[in-house]
Amino acid sequence: MNLLTNTVGKKILMAVTGLLLIAFITVHLIGNLSVFAGADSINAYAKALHDLGPLVWLFRLGMVALFAIHITFGIQLYMENKAATPDPYAIEKTLVTSFSAKTMIFTGLIILAFLLYHLLHFTLQVTNPSISAVNLPLDAASRLDVYSMMVFSFQKVFISLIYIVAMIALLLHLAHGISSWVQTFGLSTGPSQDKVISIGKVLAIVYGLAYIAIPLFILARIVN
Amino acid sequence: MDLTLHVWRQNGPEDSGKLETYKAANVSPDQSFLEMLDEVNDDLIKKGDDPIAFDHDCREGICGMCSQVINGRPHGQQEQTTVCQLHMREFNDGDEIFIEPWRARAFPIHKDLIVDRTALDVVMQAGGYTSCHTGGIADGNALLVGKPVADYAMDAAECIGCGACVAACPNSSAMLFTSAKVAQLAVLPQGKPEAKRRVKAMTEAILSEGFGNCTNHYECEAACPKGISVKFIAKLNREYLKSMIPSSTE
Repeated sequence: MNLLTNTVGKKILMAVTGLLLIAFITVHLIGNLSVFAGADSINAYAKALHDLGPLVWLFRLGMVALFAIHITFGIQLYMENKAATPDPYAIEKTLVTSFSAKTMIFTGLIILAFLLYHLLHFTLQVTNPSISAVNLPLDAASRLDVYSMMVFSFQKVFISLIYIVAMIALLLHLAHGISSWVQTFGLSTGPSQDKVISIGKVLAIVYGLAYIAIPLFILARIVN
Repeated sequence: MDLTLHVWRQNGPEDSGKLETYKAANVSPDQSFLEMLDEVNDDLIKKGDDPIAFDHDCREGICGMCSQVINGRPHGQQEQTTVCQLHMREFNDGDEIFIEPWRARAFPIHKDLIVDRTALDVVMQAGGYTSCHTGGIADGNALLVGKPVADYAMDAAECIGCGACVAACPNSSAMLFTSAKVAQLAVLPQGKPEAKRRVKAMTEAILSEGFGNCTNHYECEAACPKGISVKFIAKLNREYLKSMIPSSTE
């Protein structure tokens, strides 16, 4: 049996990588929400991450692998499913599936495009050098001033808009993804199915809104 | 009642096919959908036209032959009902009805509403059986099966292999069909010894036969005339995960 070519094998790979990516966005979110606790809090968090040294790179390599597997198989599944589906019905009717389930490939690609921008923006800091932490004065504790970089960035409507749109895509992606892995790991039993789907959607909204809150609150000058 | 039908007409697998419009006059609400089509065909034959080709056999809802997508829904709008058991009382005078064949790459269209469902047979042949000697009839109750297990297997065995799950699936996947067979046999003593080999072989056949992958839309369950639950797909996934653990006898 080959996990890479079998239809269920690929599904399991999508679920395992998806679940680990959910774990990542959970940690990332908790870290980022420290922006609401003030400059000292998030700058300390950023420094703590940087001070991990080689571990950061190990983590980054792991993330690249996760994303690569998830994206490659996601695109492959989409292509195979497209090929299996001929001309549409004259009357297209779906009963139970959701908008988010039908648009996984598109929300996924939006998230990928965003990810590249996000890395250029905050990690490599090349899109807006004038307000990048590497070019801003260090904070009072002589750490990189990540807080100011975030605030200056999200005060720009265009940048905030990119983040908000991308996080809406993430919300939609998670609305199908979170409940989907429960089924893929064979944990659904029938009666629990509807509850799992509902919990997945609620969690997706929580993630989406929490992430959107960061640019939105800065844009609205609630955080500055 | 009088109805307007838009029926998919296609001469063969290579033909492009198109929707043709027909009138069905004086339809009785007590007729089944297939009986209504029989009368439309009688009129077409009298006029010297080619009758609409459609599959049917038992006409009592258990053979799984009637493969028609009616107004965008496999087997029509009535839940857990095959086309032969769908009655015209479900429609209203003056309704326009769109009748199309199952659409999936794995199901080439033979003619009009008849599709070739050999691909499902191939999936079955890959592992939907038990290998056992069929000598004398076993003594009753010699092989004990618990009631919950028997019920579970029976629920899965309700699948009539009609292919509505494939027709309804946005990915044209045959996962619900396959899972019903895998789940049914995996829980019974006769099927357990081959459970690992079966789940691997049957899931391999899904893609090789041109079906798509399951991405958990659950349209299959909603369209199934026998109400097969997607919990059997979860069971198949579980069986697949179990099959990855090598056993000491392998």
